[in-house]
Amino acid sequence: MTDRPPRPEKTRPEKIRCDACPVMCYIAEGRIGACDRYANQGGRIIRCDPLTVLDRRIAKGDEVKPFLKADWDGTLSGDDLFVTAVGAGTTYPDYKPAPFIVSRELDGADFVTVVTEAIFSYCGVKIKIDTDRHLGPEGAVVRAKGEAVGLVITSEYGSQMLSLGGVDHLTGGSKPEGRVTCDTLLRLCNREAVELSVDGGASVIVQAGQPPIVDGQREERMRVGCGSATIGMFASQWQGLVDEVVVVDDHITGVVSEHQAGKVLGWPDTGIRIKGRRSTPGRYFQVAEPGLGWGGTDITDPLTILGEWNPKKGARPGLTLLMVSTTGEQFAYYTLDDDLVPQPRDLPEALRASVELIAENCEPALCTVMFMGGAGGSLRSGVTKNPVRLTRSVQDEKTRVTVGGAPAYVWPGGGITLMADVTRMPDNAFGSVPTPAIVAPLEFTLPRAEYRALGGHDDKARSVDDILEHGGDYGADVRAVGPVTGKDGA
Amino acid sequence: MTGPQIAFLPDRRRLHLQHGPIDLIIDAEGLGRDAALRAAAARFDSVLEELVAELPLLRAPTGPRPEGEIARHMHAATLPFRPAFITPMAAVAGAVADSVLSAMTGAGALTRAYVNNGGDIALHLAPGESFTAAIAGGTPGRATIGADSPTRGIATSGRHGRSHSLGIADSVTVLAATAAQADAAATMIANAVDLPGNPKITRTPARDLSPDSDLGDRLVTVDLAPLIGAEIDTALAGGLALAETCRARGLIHAALLTLSGQTRTLGAPDLIASKEPTHA
Repeated sequence: MTDRPPRPEKTRPEKIRCDACPVMCYIAEGRIGACDRYANQGGRIIRCDPLTVLDRRIAKGDEVKPFLKADWDGTLSGDDLFVTAVGAGTTYPDYKPAPFIVSRELDGADFVTVVTEAIFSYCGVKIKIDTDRHLGPEGAVVRAKGEAVGLVITSEYGSQMLSLGGVDHLTGGSKPEGRVTCDTLLRLCNREAVELSVDGGASVIVQAGQPPIVDGQREERMRVGCGSATIGMFASQWQGLVDEVVVVDDHITGVVSEHQAGKVLGWPDTGIRIKGRRSTPGRYFQVAEPGLGWGGTDITDPLTILGEWNPKKGARPGLTLLMVSTTGEQFAYYTLDDDLVPQPRDLPEALRASVELIAENCEPALCTVMFMGGAGGSLRSGVTKNPVRLTRSVQDEKTRVTVGGAPAYVWPGGGITLMADVTRMPDNAFGSVPTPAIVAPLEFTLPRAEYRALGGHDDKARSVDDILEHGGDYGADVRAVGPVTGKDGA
Repeated sequence: MTGPQIAFLPDRRRLHLQHGPIDLIIDAEGLGRDAALRAAAARFDSVLEELVAELPLLRAPTGPRPEGEIARHMHAATLPFRPAFITPMAAVAGAVADSVLSAMTGAGALTRAYVNNGGDIALHLAPGESFTAAIAGGTPGRATIGADSPTRGIATSGRHGRSHSLGIADSVTVLAATAAQADAAATMIANAVDLPGNPKITRTPARDLSPDSDLGDRLVTVDLAPLIGAEIDTALAGGLALAETCRARGLIHAALLTLSGQTRTLGAPDLIASKEPTHA
């Protein structure tokens, strides 16, 4: 947080500067800003966007119910409610107490939730894309609208990983780079679809909780395992139905007759030869180039990875061969002719079931977007007069950190560096400032005694009912949103 | 801080784009509709930030040329009115509409399309198509613009609009080649419908209403006592004279001025026709 917004000008007290949008209007007492959405009422900015409340009674998180105090039935109270920071408003730097410091009964204990919208210059997203398709080499630059916004990081089991944002892209590069990065993060965090392109790789449309679309092709399934693992899982089901099975995979291509899983079943040799680098028996690396074909390779004809069949090692006319990808999406069946050349044949019904079983065992391919940020610096002084005590309280797990009501994983080590799944937050939970930086909702929940002990603004703590009734610094309207639970998906 | 918000209106057809003080309603017909709507959303993304980046210059009297695409369009549309007091902000709504429309027409083949920025409208018409706009204001009216007309922009200004007026016109609607030109001219013509020194008009420094108004300490109309016929005639004549000058200079095609139930029109009578009240 190095880039400071301009210091508020000295004005007559009845004029307030609204920080709701980049125009940053001064609004006179009793007047509305240029947008007709924010007003100065009694010396404070009233916003029409209501404070968001997670109403645990609304199931599944699919209904957003705006309501005003007038038609509020009064039943939203007690532990059903968790005030989130979406719409809480923020001040930067955080020299005054966070807009809402909520005193809330939790399991009989007197808890305090400090609600603020934190401005993160140090933030980004980690994206997990469930696909075997090659998105680009590790370390390759990822671009949005032509600007560098991040990079490809180490691939994980069945997934490609991207790391986007971070302070270097937000504020360290050119102005357009910062703006596009901020915009890309904002859209991803608000669960919008964003098109990213990888230098020397693919173009991918990423949307949290949705399947990735790689070079225009929607990914349906996540692979069941690598080629070798697939052999291990299904070898016994193929036995007796086919003479040889090759599971094509960019990482580890498996061959059942050579693989340990085949050996323990007494699978006979077939004289097959795989082009590529043999790792251990029946496991081959680099059978082809990475690409958008079979099993994340560039292969469209699987026979291209096979060498000459060796009759001395068991190859014979009539030998049957199944080739299949790690998702079961691609498969082919062959028999060797008299010259030991594979000839395509229709897949026998009995084998079709095993191919379908591979597909059936694949989970739906999704994009996961984890917001990652560091809640350091001045933010903490909005919560407590002694900032480092908050850090320690979080590290000691006495203070629970949530982002828009979603649980946050706090990294061990110094600072409050957290990650949270954006699909578990209310809609449009994130905003931005022109700095550029991301505004994320952030809540600290801790026992009131602990809050007092770490020097919190205890005199500012208010009950949930009181906030719903009277609002905070930014107006009294609230909206209720069902809490978004884990894996319910879109 | 809230970013741009984009959503379909309940009719699932017109798209509403909002960011801060900008509210656009857009629609497009033709094969390129989807591409055009997407292009509009993409263009809209940075509109407010581009403007805010040069806001002090845009709020100052039109003079030095700004940098941004929309800002330059605002500058060009307001420049012809100098040396009278005008700032590029007089054309901001129209210029934004023009810019978003231009992104839309560049993205796909459209038969008809419009960008309505709070009543300031940029139009696209393929040959043979036409567009009918209902005109708000003291007298209900209607403007039908055909593809063969040179008009592609409509704007309305007056003291009931969102921005403050130096004049007393209930509304001034202008048809021009672009929405930005129409916007600037409507603002200036509405300012010219005035009765200087008349005690029936209550005025307040703009800055007291909106602390960062581009009008500064200039007096804007906040209230008007009932006028007599001669006063209405005099005030409308002032506006009409400026409208005629604008038309003679090729800045506008037509104008409709209303004040206290009276109307003056300028330009092709078929472009703006007052609609008779209908009775059931």
